[in-house]
Amino acid sequence: MVHIEGLERVLQEHAFFAGMDDGYRDLVAGCAANEVFHAGTYVYREGDPADKFYLIRHGQVALEVYVPGKSPIIVETLKSDDLMGWSWLVPPFRASFDARALELSRLVSIDAACLRGKMDQDSSLGYELHKRFAPIVAARLAAARRQLIDLYGHPEE
Amino acid sequence: MTPLPAIADAAEPMVPIPFRIERTVKNLSDTFTVDLRPEEGRKPFHFAPGQFNMLYQFGVGEVPISISGDPQDPETLVHTIRAVGAVTQAMAGMKRGAVMGVRGPFGSAWPVEAVEGSDVVLVAGGVGLAPLRPAIYHILANRARYGRLVILYGARTPRDILFRAELEKWSSRLDTFVDVTVDRASGGWHGNVGVVTKLIGRGGFDPDNTAAMICGPETMMRFTIQALNDRGVSNERIHVSMERNMKCAVGFCGHCQFGGQFVCRDGPVFRFDRIEEMFLVREL
Repeated sequence: MVHIEGLERVLQEHAFFAGMDDGYRDLVAGCAANEVFHAGTYVYREGDPADKFYLIRHGQVALEVYVPGKSPIIVETLKSDDLMGWSWLVPPFRASFDARALELSRLVSIDAACLRGKMDQDSSLGYELHKRFAPIVAARLAAARRQLIDLYGHPEE
Repeated sequence: MTPLPAIADAAEPMVPIPFRIERTVKNLSDTFTVDLRPEEGRKPFHFAPGQFNMLYQFGVGEVPISISGDPQDPETLVHTIRAVGAVTQAMAGMKRGAVMGVRGPFGSAWPVEAVEGSDVVLVAGGVGLAPLRPAIYHILANRARYGRLVILYGARTPRDILFRAELEKWSSRLDTFVDVTVDRASGGWHGNVGVVTKLIGRGGFDPDNTAAMICGPETMMRFTIQALNDRGVSNERIHVSMERNMKCAVGFCGHCQFGGQFVCRDGPVFRFDRIEEMFLVREL
């Protein structure tokens, strides 16, 4: 007999869902799908509709800015246990960067329209998810500011 | 087991000893490494990881530079130098066979023997990898005496990665976790992009049994300490290497005073809980 396993267990293993109530996690799992990206392929591109967000299970993804005629500028790389994409939370729901797999990467995508619908029906689910997104957004903002200040340079330079 | 020399003191601390440049290697656009050998008849040069020397370019001036070589090789004295001022820029032009004055070794050391049995996390930023390299050599030479070994390194761009070949060599060891990140990169880079503090969560060390050693600009060290604290590493388990305007190197002149301590004599390596209050005073 073949046992088909849902994505609940996969989500349970990801850091984003650590300590989350099983009921909430199962609701999110209902909007989830496995996706695989080979090295060099794009998960999404700047300006694309932000209709999903992603949990990285394995691999590495670069967030990039496209520069005409030149190599893209990598602004951040994300690895397993990282979460990728929050443009789905913020109008106009468009991706702000290119996301390119640097190696074979296995992701779980969460369908934004599906999840927004569930959050509209159950505001406590929405609150739970926003509580988990806010620290990630804050940490990324702090990290981006530290990159701006040239952490490895000396003040007199 | 490889015995480590005790923290060494200069026999004649104010007298430069002549050393001859045996080799110069350009590491980065503004950074180079010199291998020095004592003039014939001189004793081998013993030091402990983390200590520094005063290097004298005769007729130009003297600068404090951490020792970046292997403490088990007292025949070769290695320094990695950034050419940023008049003295270091003059040193960058010195050729093989030229003579450089050396006073030292001075200062405190990384506590590599005291932390045996612990996981060890070494975090370096920019040229801060140079003062940590002797500690890495020692730990790798005595690998069985330590728990998990984590080396985390941050640089501005891939072109600014110091000791890249050695980082790759250490990374290939099965008993050492090495992770490198840069602030900016273009499409050809396949490593991490982001601040070095982001790597700390991936180290897989036991925070209750971890000794951390950090070397880099103070701002980088401050954020790294915060990230280690967030992971549960307490301040008495964290050591930092401080940089101040060191002149005499023996605590006489006071140029490097840091609160009630002199960085040249009481440092440069400090246990963080012992300087925590001063570290956070902005005017110091």
